[in-house]
This record gives sequence, C-alpha cells and structure tokens, in this order.
Amino acid sequence: MSLLELCGVSVRYRLAGRGGYLAAVDGVDFALGAHEMLGLVGESGCGKTTLGRAILRLVPLAAGELRWRGQRIDTLDARAFRPLRRELQCVFQDPNACLDPRMTILESVAEPLRSLDRNAPAADRTSRAQERLDEVGIARDLAARYPHQLSGGQLQRAVIARALVVDPQFVVCDEPVSALDVTVQEQIVSLLERIRGERGLASLFISHNLAVVARLCERVMVMYRGRIVEVGGRGAITTAPLHPYTRELLDAVPGVDAGARARLSRRIACPRPAVSDAVPEAGCAFANRCPHVVARCRVERPSLQPAADTRLVACHRASEWPGGLPPLVAG
Amino acid sequence: MTLLEIRALTVDFSGRPPVRAVDGVDLTVAARESVAIVGESGSGKSQLLHACTGLLAANGRALGSVRFEGVELLGDGDKAAAVRGCGIGFVFQDASGSLTPHRRIGDQLAEIAAAAHGMTREAARAESRRMLERVHLPDAPRRLGQYPHELSGGMRQRVAIALALMARPRLLFADEPTTALDVTVQAEILALLAELCRDLGMALLLVTHDLGVVAALADRIAVMYAGRIVETSSAADFFAGPKHSYSAGLLAAVPTLAGLP
Amino acid sequence: MSRGLWSDAFRQLRGDRAAMTGLVVLSVLVIAAAAGPLLVDYREDEIDWENMAVPPFTADGHWLGTDRLGRDLLVRTLHGLRVSLAIALAATLVSLVIGVAWGAVAGYLRGRADALMMRFVDVMYALPQVFFVIILTVVFGRGPLTLLVAIGAFGWLTMARIVRGQALALREREFVEAAVVGGAGTLRIVARHIVPNLLGPVVVYATLTVPQVILIESFLSFLGIGIQEPLASLGNLIADGAAEMETAPWMLAVPAGCLVLLVFCFNFLGDGLRDALDPRDRR
Repeated sequence: MSLLELCGVSVRYRLAGRGGYLAAVDGVDFALGAHEMLGLVGESGCGKTTLGRAILRLVPLAAGELRWRGQRIDTLDARAFRPLRRELQCVFQDPNACLDPRMTILESVAEPLRSLDRNAPAADRTSRAQERLDEVGIARDLAARYPHQLSGGQLQRAVIARALVVDPQFVVCDEPVSALDVTVQEQIVSLLERIRGERGLASLFISHNLAVVARLCERVMVMYRGRIVEVGGRGAITTAPLHPYTRELLDAVPGVDAGARARLSRRIACPRPAVSDAVPEAGCAFANRCPHVVARCRVERPSLQPAADTRLVACHRASEWPGGLPPLVAG
Repeated sequence: MTLLEIRALTVDFSGRPPVRAVDGVDLTVAARESVAIVGESGSGKSQLLHACTGLLAANGRALGSVRFEGVELLGDGDKAAAVRGCGIGFVFQDASGSLTPHRRIGDQLAEIAAAAHGMTREAARAESRRMLERVHLPDAPRRLGQYPHELSGGMRQRVAIALALMARPRLLFADEPTTALDVTVQAEILALLAELCRDLGMALLLVTHDLGVVAALADRIAVMYAGRIVETSSAADFFAGPKHSYSAGLLAAVPTLAGLP
Repeated sequence: MSRGLWSDAFRQLRGDRAAMTGLVVLSVLVIAAAAGPLLVDYREDEIDWENMAVPPFTADGHWLGTDRLGRDLLVRTLHGLRVSLAIALAATLVSLVIGVAWGAVAGYLRGRADALMMRFVDVMYALPQVFFVIILTVVFGRGPLTLLVAIGAFGWLTMARIVRGQALALREREFVEAAVVGGAGTLRIVARHIVPNLLGPVVVYATLTVPQVILIESFLSFLGIGIQEPLASLGNLIADGAAEMETAPWMLAVPAGCLVLLVFCFNFLGDGLRDALDPRDRR
C-alpha cells in the first residue's frame, strides 16, 4: 500500500481583476511508497511548490483526493489533521525566512514537539532537539544563537533538524538547496543522502535543478504548468527523455566542461523560434512551445500513459520515439 | 589592446567591525575578450563590480586604480560617469534594476539613443526597434509601447540588454545576468550574450557564482575567495583541471547529470 | 554568547543622544514624582495662610511658589505628575493588552472574523470620545477610575489597527507556515510567533501613546471632567494656572512646563526606539 496517494488533485487561485481561476496544480496523480525518495522537477510557476503545500494542507484542494496510508486526509478538518502532522513534515526553501527571528535555534527545533508530542516534559523536548542538532552537525553553542547569527548552510541544517525532531515518515523538501552557495549545496545534499540512508524516510524532493534531483531520487516526475508530463527512473529520464519538455530541460542544463562554449555556438547557429509563454485554452499545455506539435495537441489534452518500463508520459506522440528524444542541438 | 585595467583594487567598508571586501585585486580585460569572475557569497565579487561602476554603498571606500581605455574610473565623479555612459554597458541580475517601472520601454531606449548619439526622435525610435529585434524580442514594435511589468522575466532581461547596448559600449559589465531566470530561459539569454559579444565586438566582464554560466561565456576565468583572486586561467585550462584547491572544490561541487546509475 | 535582538536594539538606542536625554530626564521626573514630595516640607493640600500666591524663590521653603490657596506649587506639581503618569501608564497598558490581542487575532484569522472585529473598531472610532467620557462621568461620578475606563475604552482602537496590519503581514511569513506544519494551533501561533515579532512597532507606539493620554487627561481635567480638587493632576493645575495667568504666571508656567517636558521626553524616546527596533537595520 502506498504511503501517500494523490488522485486528480487540483489547486486553483482566483485571479484578481480579470476574474476566473489560475490552475496552479491541474489534475495530478501519483503514489509514493514508504522509504521512497521521489523527485519533482520543473521551472518557476509550474506549481511544484503549490503541490508540496497542498500535500501539507497549507492550501485547500479545489478537486481531487489526498490519501495517507489509505485514509483520506483532504476532508479532515484542521483539528483532526493535526496529529497526522507528526508524520508529514517539511524542509522549506529559504532558511533565513522559515525560522522565527525571535527564537533561538534550539527553541525553534524543539517547537514542533510542544504541539505534536504534548506528553513529553520540557527537559525531554530539549534533549531530543539537541540530539537532532547533533545529528545534522550543529554544535551546541550555535544552537543557543539566533538565526541572524548563523550562515545559510547552518540554518538549513537547523531546518532539517526541526523537520526530523518529531520522527516523521514523510518529508516534503521544497527547494532545500536552491538558496545556498554551490559548495554548501553539496554539503546539504550529502547530509540529506546520509539521513535518508539512516532513517529510510520517504520524501518528495522538489527542485528546479534536474542534476540535484537526479542525484538524490530514484524516481523523478517532471511538471509543467500544473501538470505532470513525465515520470520515470532517473537514469531513463536523463538519458532517454520521452516528453519534449523534459528534453528542453535537459538541453538547458549548462554543462561545466570545456565543450559548453561549442554547444552554445551551435545553439546560436540554429536558434529556436521565439514562442509565446501563454498556456493554450484546450489541449496540451506545452503546445505553444513544443517543436513536435501537431494538430491533435491543440485540441486534446494528453493524459499520463504508461510507456516502456515503469515510465509514464503525457504526450500524444511519445510512442514515436521509444528510445527517447535526441538533443535539439547536437553535442 | 587592454580595455580595462584593474590594479591593486581594495574596497573597505566602515562599520563595527570594519570589513575589507576586496583585497588588492589585479585584473585586465582585453578588447573583445570575455572574462568571468567566479566566487561564492562573501567572496567580494559584487563589491568589485560596484567599485568599478561607482555603485558602492555610502560607507564603502575604493582604493587602487581602475582604468578604462586609459581613463581612471575611481574617484572623479564627472569624467568617470561620462566614460561609463558611453563606453561601458551594464546588465544586472534583476532587470528591474535597469528598467524604470513607470515608463514605456520605447521611451527608455529612445532616451539613451538621443543622449548618446544625438539622434532625432524618429531616428531614436527606429534604433530602439532595431535593438529590440537584435535581442530577439518577439513582436518588437508592440513592445515599444509596453511597460516593463507587462513582460516576462526573460523578456525583461532582453530589454535590459538592449538598453545596455544602446550606447554602443565596448565593454559590458554583467552581474549575475541569468541567476533570476528559469534554466530554459537562462540558456537563451546566455546564447544571446555570446552572440552579441561576438557580432558587436564587445568585451565582457561577468560576475557570477554559477560555473555553468562561466563555462558558456568565458574566455578567461578569475576565481575569487575572501576578497582575493586565487586563480586566473583560460577557460580551457580551468575546466581541464583547476590548480587552486578552492577552485577544484568549487568545480567538484557542481551537480552534474553524468555518472548516474 | 547569544546576542538577542533586544540587546542589539538597546545598543543602538544608547547611541541616540536625543532618546537617551529623553530617557534620563524622564527617569528624573519619575523619581521626582515618586519620592520628591518626601523631600519637600509641605503636604499637597496644606494651606499656608501666610504665603498665598507668592512667586517662586521668595518665601521660605516654597521653591516654586504657591497657588492662591497657599498650597506649595512644587509639591502639588509633583503630585500632579504622579497622578498623570499613573493614569497614562495604566491606560496605555490597558490599550496595549486589549489592542494587541484584538489586532493580532483579527490579522491572523483574516476573513469573516477579521472583518467583524475591525468593523467593531471602525464603529467605536466613529463615536465621539468626549461625549462618552461625559456620560460615563455622569453615571459613575468623577475620579481617576472613571477617567481610566473612559480613556482605556478608546485608547486600544488605534493600537488594534496597527497590530492588525502587522499581523496580516506576519502571517504570510514562512516561519508562520513552518509553525503550522509543526502542528501549532491558532492560539499558539499568535502568542508565540506573531505577537513577539510585532512588539517593535507596539513598543514604539506605546511610548508615543503615553503623552497622548497625558494630554487627553489634562484636557479633560482642564474641562472639569477628570481629576477633581483637592487631588492634583497636571490638567487641573493648568486649569487653575490659566485662570490666574495675569496675576500669578508661575501657577501656569510650572505645571505646563512640566507637561511639555514630559511629552518631549516620551516623544524623543519613542523616536529613538522606533529607529533602534527597525528590522531593516538588522545584520
């Protein structure tokens, strides 16, 4: 049985002024097993953060079902859901913003225990918070300081400690390394790998950086404008992508090698036509940007269909390139 | 020919405690050359650029020498400003830094054309449209009448680049030009910058923390750490194998798609 | 070595000369109000038949002169200061407690609860305060308690509005979201995360409210609605002094000067606190 299951989940925001709605998340289905680390990749505005927040019940669902261990949790009221928060935790994006500036690190890390483990005495809470901070590599004297006195990397470690203090089963990691320097990113990613190995946590790892996601997660979902467009193992997704958007993402990853300039020259030589960013009314959301678009794409919305192995892809033409799409610009 | 020569540049900030952000930096940029300064937060790279562009905060002091085509940029207000206006263009991380939110794009571009080249209104407007087409902004004539907030992030950055090019600079300063953009848009903007530098014969001084951007654009790389330049080499040599341990660590830390199971 | 945000603020405040001067003078005034009368030979309601309406520094022991009933002006002014300060601080405290609680809850809850709570504030705002004070005075009689209730009943309104604005902004901050994910309920979040983070503007506004309350109290006492004889407050002292302005100007000058000094001190202190607690200057 899956740990977490989403069926047809949609989240909508009302548009001020013009009226109508923006579907930030538009009919998303997936299931996550225990101990599984699932990656969710997409660019800004694709709805990946909103999806993470919807799972944590920080935003209401406009449609669909959310199931935790088979039980529906989207229909629970806030009070009934609260004890379940012990099992679903979150590591946020901006460590400078997600810690209360008026509380010490130790206090912030111990805070969830006050609400979610009411029976534990204060001394117990403090010692458990200390243990978690040790686990993530924050020294005792740092724990007594305030957020503005710590560096970004140290703060993110504290945020991870806070997520772990209630011993959750599942953690949403929302862009946990995007705001950090690259050497610090490396340390935090290693930390997450180690913790995941030791605790066997299930996790939804959200990022715009495909390389980081592919390193940590066995399975990767690609999201575009509120819809999941491709799901597959990390090797398959990165070497033989089936959806044109996944291909575009891969092509855009700037390599850090000497061949990068040559690739860029070739890119200049065959420029992509400038395309509009607008989402079409009907049909595939990617139709306006897709180099392989046909008439059917503008009329009929593709659904996630199984492809080779355990892969899923939402594209009408995916069967035409079973070995994956080649790069648009050779190199 | 050396276009930009930075010698013994030091930037100090007063305060409690005083901070030395840049510590004796030497750097040259030749004509038509693209040089990238790479460093993480706190390395001083942004302060280096601010000193060259006259944008230092009130409590900052720059010492040393920064010469553009022989003219000293530090210190003297008017002469330096004149040089900056005509010879050097700026592209910032956030296009909002260069674009005035309440003026139409066409007006902002035309204003520079008129000031820099003494053009008439008609000529300036035509030049603005040409420049927008040069930066591959779709539907250029319509964009002239629009306001910055009506455009997406990537399009705004193209406009910002067009703005920087209006005065036909010989050197372009770019401070994290693609950091705020999505990765697909980033690739387009990098391609655009490379194309423009090549076609217009401009030199580029780029400041960034992103080695991917460096790999795409730079002829030469200077790595900055704690206010000092710890390594300078050609791009080819750098990516083949950096010599300084910090540079090596930096390169190793970049997540790549290679070597996945 | 944990440098809290308050200690940072105090350090910055110490450098602000106007604020520190205000603080020092205020401390002197408070000490004088509390302990001063003990040092003067006369009691506040003691009538000195031989020295009626004498100017300062003329009669023995009456350093600031006497009023037309021969009561020592220094002692009466100090007592007046005591009463005015006490009422001002008490009323400000009441405003603080009610206003902060009301505004924080309204701002955090948003939606209908917020709309209801703030409409109530709007209605109260529209009511004429002096009118109500008069009614309360008629119903409950004059005196410091009535005055306190009257001022307190209206004093919390602006505080509630300010706090609500701050709370609305704070609830969008990521650490509040993090608290929700950590299982905290509304009460916990408001008390532990929202209120402590808006104390900066609240403290500043409170220090600027105190002089306002003093002025209101003085005005009401001047009108004859507030503190009554023989109890002294700065207001009724000024009222008496105004009546004798041409023949015995010191009767007006002393309490009025005291009032002005008090208001200046609180304003300087408030300005200094606002600069010191400004979160934008952090880091």
